[in-house]
Amino acid sequence: MTRRTFNPGRALAWVAMAVVIVVTVFPFWWMIRTALTPAADIYTDNASLLPEHPTLINFLRVLGLTSEAEARAAGGSGAHLDFAGYLWNSIVYCGLIAAVQTLFCAMAGYAFARLRFPGRDLVFAIVIAALMVPPIFTLLPNFILVKDLGWMNTMAGMVAPTILMTPFAVFFLRQFFLSLPRDVEEAAILDGNGPWGIFWRIALPMSRGPLITIGLTTTVWAWKDYLWPLLVGRDEENRLVTVALGVFLQQSPNTQPDWTGLMAASTLSVLPVLLLLVFVGKRLVQSLNFTGSK
Amino acid sequence: MSSTKPRDDRRAAWLFLLPVLVGFAVFYGYPAARGVWYSVTDYNMLNTATYVGAENYTKLLQDDQFWNAMLVTAWYVVLNIGSQTLLALGIATLMHRLTRSVVLRATLLLPWLVPNVTIGLLWMWLLDTNLGFVNQLLHTVGLGPVGFFTDETWAMPTVAGINTWAYTGYTALLLYAGMLQIPQYLYEGASIDGAGEWRMFRRITLPLLRPVLALVLVVSLIGSFQIFDTIAVTTKGGPVSATQVIYYFIYLQAFKYFHMGYAAAAAVFLALILGVLTAIQMRLLRASRSDLA
Repeated sequence: MTRRTFNPGRALAWVAMAVVIVVTVFPFWWMIRTALTPAADIYTDNASLLPEHPTLINFLRVLGLTSEAEARAAGGSGAHLDFAGYLWNSIVYCGLIAAVQTLFCAMAGYAFARLRFPGRDLVFAIVIAALMVPPIFTLLPNFILVKDLGWMNTMAGMVAPTILMTPFAVFFLRQFFLSLPRDVEEAAILDGNGPWGIFWRIALPMSRGPLITIGLTTTVWAWKDYLWPLLVGRDEENRLVTVALGVFLQQSPNTQPDWTGLMAASTLSVLPVLLLLVFVGKRLVQSLNFTGSK
Repeated sequence: MSSTKPRDDRRAAWLFLLPVLVGFAVFYGYPAARGVWYSVTDYNMLNTATYVGAENYTKLLQDDQFWNAMLVTAWYVVLNIGSQTLLALGIATLMHRLTRSVVLRATLLLPWLVPNVTIGLLWMWLLDTNLGFVNQLLHTVGLGPVGFFTDETWAMPTVAGINTWAYTGYTALLLYAGMLQIPQYLYEGASIDGAGEWRMFRRITLPLLRPVLALVLVVSLIGSFQIFDTIAVTTKGGPVSATQVIYYFIYLQAFKYFHMGYAAAAAVFLALILGVLTAIQMRLLRASRSDLA
């Protein structure tokens, strides 16, 4: 019979943990709370945890669902906003990069881990050396390349540098394929499968965990991308949420930013990743174990 | 019975590698070579690049703005990495000794999932001089208002603090994952011997975590040197270049003044620093694996 005795040290530790959680979550609460506040109230109603006159008007106007006059009346600058469109662009951008990049890097990782061909280790070393090249270094020439190709302000130009590969994904997936047991594959060879058949029917299905891990990580990073899409995808048509937020801030008067609108747009930019956290949070958290203790 | 004659998958292999090799050649290899070339030319996006030797580099070394950028970046790295690592270590230890809750871990991860642009906006609002929540709070205890982004002394600590807020949870979870690898019986044994939490932290957690800690530290350092988004949204390098970090300096040179050659030279400098750090990271990666295996 053990009875839990009160332990002051442990209680204090829990208090500290609670403070950490509040500090983590409160800014998001305040963002949503501001997004639900009418712009006219912003000077008077900014101390309570809930808005006095909750409204959805800020969301409606940043989604482009109100007329210009209504948007102006609700505190907007009158500039056209279409966050539904920007969200869609971001989803397409992330989906394309995550899906295609994961597949291609898995193919390469498998070849580096399992196939036998002359020059394999040398080619792998060269590809991995790209890990040492920081993004800013290739950013300037890639910008000029995309400009010369005539891909400015197109989705193709935006996804081009990352859709085919990142050195990290190749490295990560190769490491995983190296650790797969060989016997299943060898049995499949005896059954008359070629390299492609083994990869597609055996190696890929056995690697669901790592594939999801790398796919999710790629999605999150792509969702956060700012500088590159800012340089090559400024046009309204292909604008991502992050770029649109920056433009929205610039359009809004310096002395008196459209805080309620900005916070509504910010909330929209957080919503998809929040859903990701709710549905695959466990996997995301576990993926940190995975990459942290390679 | 494995294959009796030596296998050669040459044809299949190159097909498997094709997309990645194209991506590598076109968007990594070629631009890297081109970047080095630009750094010794006067390219400005309108002219044809002409070779100018080491001119960009000598100019860079005499450019006060460049040295300011290096200094400001270093200041940022010290503030950000210092606070972030200490806090993350503390939070990871708390988690490790208190709970295995996945919900708690997911909550800590939340800021990491959010774009830096959103985080910048969020804190611009929270820290707004007149209406921001934090200044209201300071007001009620008789302080402030503080111009977090507009005051030259405060601007950089503010930006560093924001990014610490955004990345501490993520860093803590990486450290926590490392702590989970430490055998539990060590703590049980120490506890029977009457060791307190602080002693266990000093004698067990810290020494056994060292390889992971070193790795996490270097990875954060590499990220920290590349601070851009938050500054591009909040301070735009100001007030008076107080937050004009090296990434922002390169960005301005390239895309505002179109000094492509000059910007490329500055990027070579940054690449050298980051290259050294990455080399260290790869060594640590190898070391940490053999240590914890």
